Amino acid sequence: MTAEPANALSVVPSSGALALDPFVVAVVLAMAAVTVLTKVGGIWIVRHVELSDRLEAGLSVLPGAIVIAVLGPELAAGGPAEWSAAGLVVLVMWKTESILLALVAGVLGVVGFRALL
Amino acid sequence: MEANVEPTDSSEANDDRQVSGTDDPQPSDANDDPQPSEPGRTPVTFGWDGVCAGFLTCAPIAIGVGGYGVAFGVLASQAGLSVAEAALMSAVVLAGASQIVAIELWADPIPVATIVLTVFAINLRYSLMGAALQPWFQSLSWKKVYGSLFFMADENWALTLRDLQSGNGRGAFLLGSGLAIWVFWVLSTVVGALVGGAVGDPTEYGIDFMLALIFVALAAELWDGRSSIVPWLVALAVAVVASALVPGQWYILLGGLAAAVVEVIRYDG
Repeated sequence: MTAEPANALSVVPSSGALALDPFVVAVVLAMAAVTVLTKVGGIWIVRHVELSDRLEAGLSVLPGAIVIAVLGPELAAGGPAEWSAAGLVVLVMWKTESILLALVAGVLGVVGFRALL
Repeated sequence: MEANVEPTDSSEANDDRQVSGTDDPQPSDANDDPQPSEPGRTPVTFGWDGVCAGFLTCAPIAIGVGGYGVAFGVLASQAGLSVAEAALMSAVVLAGASQIVAIELWADPIPVATIVLTVFAINLRYSLMGAALQPWFQSLSWKKVYGSLFFMADENWALTLRDLQSGNGRGAFLLGSGLAIWVFWVLSTVVGALVGGAVGDPTEYGIDFMLALIFVALAAELWDGRSSIVPWLVALAVAVVASALVPGQWYILLGGLAAAVVEVIRYDG
């Protein structure tokens, strides 16, 4: 932990909070480019191509399906403590619709359930 | 946070009304492309009032989005990104779920193709959401439309659609509400990245499992009732099997695409 100049970002040790690796920046810019493509692409397409309702239905399930695809193996690798915490997050989301409260409950749940189960 | 505002079923619901617009202030709309009559009724303007209205309406929600931002910042710094790199990603990508997945995929060396493809797949929904705004945006210049769409996120898109449908004609609402999201998203990322750098062993605080928890919360929001059951089961099954058989993180795309393909096949109008 080297003492950095007293600026607000110096809380983070070593490599430097302001470090910008050129390769990381390139990857981030590539991510930004494809994201912009998706954001402006839709309007461009509806002016030029007629999307079938069938294709739209398929595209509309993508966000949820991808979230589930990420979650599945991750939950499968966990145990009762992780599953209980996941259930707790769903419950708090349903009751409060607050992502912050749900995450706080979930993280506390993981720590607690791991100690108990 | 992802308010469930259904895109207007414009092509069907409004077809029979398209000839009613005798007082249509935008004659350019009157081509053979059937457009909903509502958007044409009020001229869509693009000005400061729209920016301000959007910003103020969205600010409380943007603060809530900051919850994700803090979480993203923590995860990004755990993955080895600097505060500046995490903030840059939030500033130029501005698409929460895809950023969090990208961080999940982050490794040394960085799997560039997997990350970029996955980000693209997750954000494909923005194409549909953007397309839903076309009836109101067609009278605006491309600069304004593209500039506004950069700031489109799930939350402010829903707010914007609601505002435009109510006939306010504030074309800059998307830009204003998006700016609110952008400001809080970047700030909260910085906060999260600073906190994440100060956290030592992640398992001690249950942070190692936080990404999964964020996705549980995301899933709870994206749940669309019964229609979600089949695609989600397909995605789950394919992802779990693929993660065991296919190296790398391709199971995410495979699960998502399998669900989309099944949905296309079983679609019955």
